Amino acid sequence: MKKWMQFLILFGSVSAAGTLLASGGGEGDGGRALPPVSNARWKAECSSCHMAYHPGLLPERSWRRIMAGLDRHFGENAALDAPTAADIEQFLVANSADRQPARRSQRILQSIPPGAAPLRISETPYFRAKHDEISPATFKRKSIGSPANCSACHQGAEKGDFSERLVKIPR
Amino acid sequence: MNKWLLITGCVASFSAFAAAPQELLRQYEAQARQENAAFAGFSAARGATFFKTERTRSDGQTASCATCHTADPRNPGRTRANKVIEPLAPVANPLRFTDPAKVEKWFGRNCKDVLERACTAQEKGDFIQYLIDLK
Repeated sequence: MKKWMQFLILFGSVSAAGTLLASGGGEGDGGRALPPVSNARWKAECSSCHMAYHPGLLPERSWRRIMAGLDRHFGENAALDAPTAADIEQFLVANSADRQPARRSQRILQSIPPGAAPLRISETPYFRAKHDEISPATFKRKSIGSPANCSACHQGAEKGDFSERLVKIPR
Repeated sequence: MNKWLLITGCVASFSAFAAAPQELLRQYEAQARQENAAFAGFSAARGATFFKTERTRSDGQTASCATCHTADPRNPGRTRANKVIEPLAPVANPLRFTDPAKVEKWFGRNCKDVLERACTAQEKGDFIQYLIDLK
């Protein structure tokens, strides 16, 4: 076989495998990324202390509770002026898990009992089940800190992509 | 031609919105005079003490400015959610104290967190004086 033909075959099979992997074949965890969403104030305000969590990671009732208690936000005062808070809340609600057809959002939503409105994504039964093999000591590593720091392990977290193939747990 | 217009426009709008830390200090000075007739200027030394003083909050936890901003505000700090905080000292981060609304937002939040009350204009001025004097 000519050298260029060998190359072509090799190249073809590698890219086919790549496509198969990229399509998330066989991944039973909700698959692809959450659709990209954006709001300038959400991005600026929410990401000054932590990652701007995708609104599709919690239901509307959770976001409303969070926005109603910003002056006591996980032990910190994160109060916003009224127009900024209203704009961000509207954006969070419009893109919340209840209105997000993405599979991961739906599974998070289904995992939460109807009467509950968790304030932390890490409190949802979906999150717990997904991370049951991660010990508390791992979460406490200096390179991670806590379950709030999604992007420490999920390389695609900022883009709403939590697929397993983009997970790299730092030492 | 267009390029120059754009550059001039950017420079003009930047200077319209960005206030120098000194200007902010003058605003706090006017406020401090109103709060206290015996106001006698800001002090970097008092600001340094304010920055480092650990306070025990009503929930039993201790906190100071340095808890998140580190003992040397020329260094980056970290939020509790492990996100980097850009340095507070203008010598390391020239954007500090150039946006009055941002400064007020963070004084408003952090004073309530650390001191469980609002800061006085005297405290804010001392704090800024300390930070802009750092070289």
